[in-house]
Amino acid sequence: MKERLIVIGNGMAGIRTLEELLKLDADRYDITVFGDEPYGNYNRIMLSPVLAGEKTIDEIMLNDDAWYQDNGVTLNKGKRIASINRSKREVIAEDGSSLTYDRLLIATGSTPFILPIPGNDLDGVVSFRDISDVDQMLAVADKSKHAVVIGGGLLGLEAANGLMEQGMNVTVVHLPETLMERQLDTVAAGMLQQSLEERGLHFLMQAQTESITGKDRVEGVRFKDGSGISADLVVMAVGIRPNYTLASESGIHCERGVVVNDTLQTFDPSIYAVGECVQHRGEVYGLVAPLFEMAKVCANHLAHHGIGRYEGSVTSTKLKVTGIDLFSAGDFIGDENTEELVFQDAARGVYRKLVVQDNKIKGAVMYGDTIDGTWYFDLLRDQTDISDIRQHLLFGQAHLGDSGHGDENRVAALSDDAEICGCNGVCKGDIVKAITEKKLFTLEDVRAHTKASSSCGSCTGLVEALLSHTVGGDYSTAPHLKPMCGCTEHTHDGVRAAIKDQQLKSVRAVMDTLEWDSEDGCSKCRPTLNYYVFCQWPDAGSDDNQSRFINERVHANIQKDATFSVIPRMWGGGTTPDELRAIADVADKFKVKTVHVTGGQRIGLYGLKKEELPEIWGDLSKAGMVSGHAYGKALRTVKTCVGKEWCRFGTQDSTKMGVALEKMTWGSWTPHKYKMAVSGCPRNCAEATIKDLGVVCVDSGYELHIGGNGGIKVRVTDFLCAVKTEAEVLEYAAAFMQIYREQAHYLERTAPWIERVGLNYVKEQIVDDNDNRKALAERFLFAQTFVQDDPWKERAEGTDRHEFEPIKTIS
Amino acid sequence: MSEQNNWIEIGKLDDIPVLGARVVNREEGDIAIFRTADNEVFALHDHCPHKGGPLSQGIVHGHKVSCPLHDWKISLETGVAVAPDEGCAARFPVRVEDGVVYLSLSSD
Repeated sequence: MKERLIVIGNGMAGIRTLEELLKLDADRYDITVFGDEPYGNYNRIMLSPVLAGEKTIDEIMLNDDAWYQDNGVTLNKGKRIASINRSKREVIAEDGSSLTYDRLLIATGSTPFILPIPGNDLDGVVSFRDISDVDQMLAVADKSKHAVVIGGGLLGLEAANGLMEQGMNVTVVHLPETLMERQLDTVAAGMLQQSLEERGLHFLMQAQTESITGKDRVEGVRFKDGSGISADLVVMAVGIRPNYTLASESGIHCERGVVVNDTLQTFDPSIYAVGECVQHRGEVYGLVAPLFEMAKVCANHLAHHGIGRYEGSVTSTKLKVTGIDLFSAGDFIGDENTEELVFQDAARGVYRKLVVQDNKIKGAVMYGDTIDGTWYFDLLRDQTDISDIRQHLLFGQAHLGDSGHGDENRVAALSDDAEICGCNGVCKGDIVKAITEKKLFTLEDVRAHTKASSSCGSCTGLVEALLSHTVGGDYSTAPHLKPMCGCTEHTHDGVRAAIKDQQLKSVRAVMDTLEWDSEDGCSKCRPTLNYYVFCQWPDAGSDDNQSRFINERVHANIQKDATFSVIPRMWGGGTTPDELRAIADVADKFKVKTVHVTGGQRIGLYGLKKEELPEIWGDLSKAGMVSGHAYGKALRTVKTCVGKEWCRFGTQDSTKMGVALEKMTWGSWTPHKYKMAVSGCPRNCAEATIKDLGVVCVDSGYELHIGGNGGIKVRVTDFLCAVKTEAEVLEYAAAFMQIYREQAHYLERTAPWIERVGLNYVKEQIVDDNDNRKALAERFLFAQTFVQDDPWKERAEGTDRHEFEPIKTIS
Repeated sequence: MSEQNNWIEIGKLDDIPVLGARVVNREEGDIAIFRTADNEVFALHDHCPHKGGPLSQGIVHGHKVSCPLHDWKISLETGVAVAPDEGCAARFPVRVEDGVVYLSLSSD
């Protein structure tokens, strides 16, 4: 017999938890949901656009009746639970009926706070919380003129804007001196107020409401100072309170909300609680992003997986008033220990302030242009050391070298046919349409439905910005501790630590030990695990071929027509007539369609049939050439110029240096592709300053640069240090490659990795700490002793023959 | 699977790597033969419904394969793309007897 799960609350938190649970284990429970409201599950954060007439109720429904039926969930609409009998494990509804549970989920959300003043129960006094509130407001707006909104916070301003859009004359009454004082500093609040006034809203600041006047219906609002204002509608938007009455009356420990632990269990372990009704580690949340994180963890435990932990959320705020860009996160006020970075351009209506402590962002407020909000928020959550980007920080991420996209970054102003995701050809209009029609509000959902940002990821910031513009704000940002993929709750770092600490030496061992949710992972986590295992145990880890992407499995690059390309290595960009002849012979013999010189100073052969690969490699091997690893997450090329041997400006032998670097590093696997270059003088002809590691030769020795990227998102390297000898270059290069190999997440190139951990961190590890640098370099060289065998030669001799031959040919 | 299907022997189960695939070459288009972790065998037209990627070259996980070109996930049991993607690769009957794999060329 199935276990019985009862959910009290048919809102976003409860149903999101069910969605997550059904994904993990659809058959474990008989599920019954009780909801106060007579509707299915809707997107409460979209009520503001409904009020403003930008959306309809139908458009904000998340799960309709059919969803409940399809998933075998019994929904009791408009049926309120009066009490919980914990000893009998049953819930009793107001109509006297009862139902027993094995596990109970409380998701009662929050209730609007109603000022305890005379007249608060008159007709025409409403809160702004659910569909019926919106219906009431719309009904009044239809025939009356004057609305008063009490509360100049997020919700109040959204309500005021909506009513104004409905044609009402709206006055916002606010007790503090400035609007949204919990989210904005005085400057941003002032700009916001001015902008709203220009749109036609009226404000009464520092006004304390004494009573609401009227006989049966509201007629006006009276203030402490004796003044008054007439009103046909009064909206109370002075805050929300976690709704924990039911839990509390049932003897569950509550403080400011239902107290839950990191697994979202209350003090009664068979009762869980999620969403705005809970208090977790002393915090209560009124935004949607934390709620989604809670839902995921709670579902994980309800499904008996029991490995997720909710550790709290950092939240950010946006105002859902169309045309007003406003963002805030963290501690944006600061204190005597913090510094402020401020950018203000009153004429353009742009303001941004960052609160910084110990070179880490503590909080941010932005007004007018919030495109970089998600970026600052990431830096804040990750506690990235910003000392090296500090001077550009206020100008935004575009200024760090988002080449070609800088001005386009204003997503709101983009036309619908502007391409957002270049890899998959997805335009702004496609994304906005998917978000609206399919009711998406996480980045993952947008990726699944549109493919935008699902390939190289360079447009992720744009997609997130579009999401927040379209959904209106508090969409779900990536949780602080992001699981590696849908198959596990563990993070990249957690998995790597476990592989090391628990001596896990195969993909299977990792999945078994860490209780993977899926039988054998997915196309994302398996290659990741394989890399992590191999990186940690170069000598003893088992390399799982079936967990490698086809390119690495067959050591050639799959092309769009299912043919392959191969690129032989040309050490440091040099070649010989014999090598060129061998390549030409292979091209002739196998009727190669395209011979192309790559950007990394090598020659690529394209359009090869898979079956022919071993023979082609055999021929190239005989000519002394080895695989260029142009297909792998591995060391690709070391680009060089001719340096002082030929060049009249060359200061060092850059070609020889490049060859030495390539001989040392070839064959190594890395989290993502890895490129190096050596330029013989500061003219930098080998373009060393956009490589993962660049060496620029100068008279006094060598400058080392790291973290460059010449790809879609151009990033110029950061200067690491200068060294004097070739031996030092090799040691630093090995150490840097190893720390990247050991610490970056799979598929994270050096550029984003350095932006995540901070250049200072890398300097501390490699430049300041001599012992650590030497140890890293040693580990790198040790690992290299196991990989510098040419994979082509092995396969030409018969390794993995099954990969290249059909199992059967039918003529 | 009806008895009328013309079963042909294509090779041994052990010739197919676990969590991998082999290809049956034929003029009308290759057929990919997959072997899953639980030793089940499936056969699909080796052609992703998205842009024709060779499914035989993808990563097999569960009873699904991820296309090597754009990572669409195709169900090995039905040939249907995993939602929200839409599309379908033709499915061929396949069975294993005494460690030998038999394929029927009449797709269903």
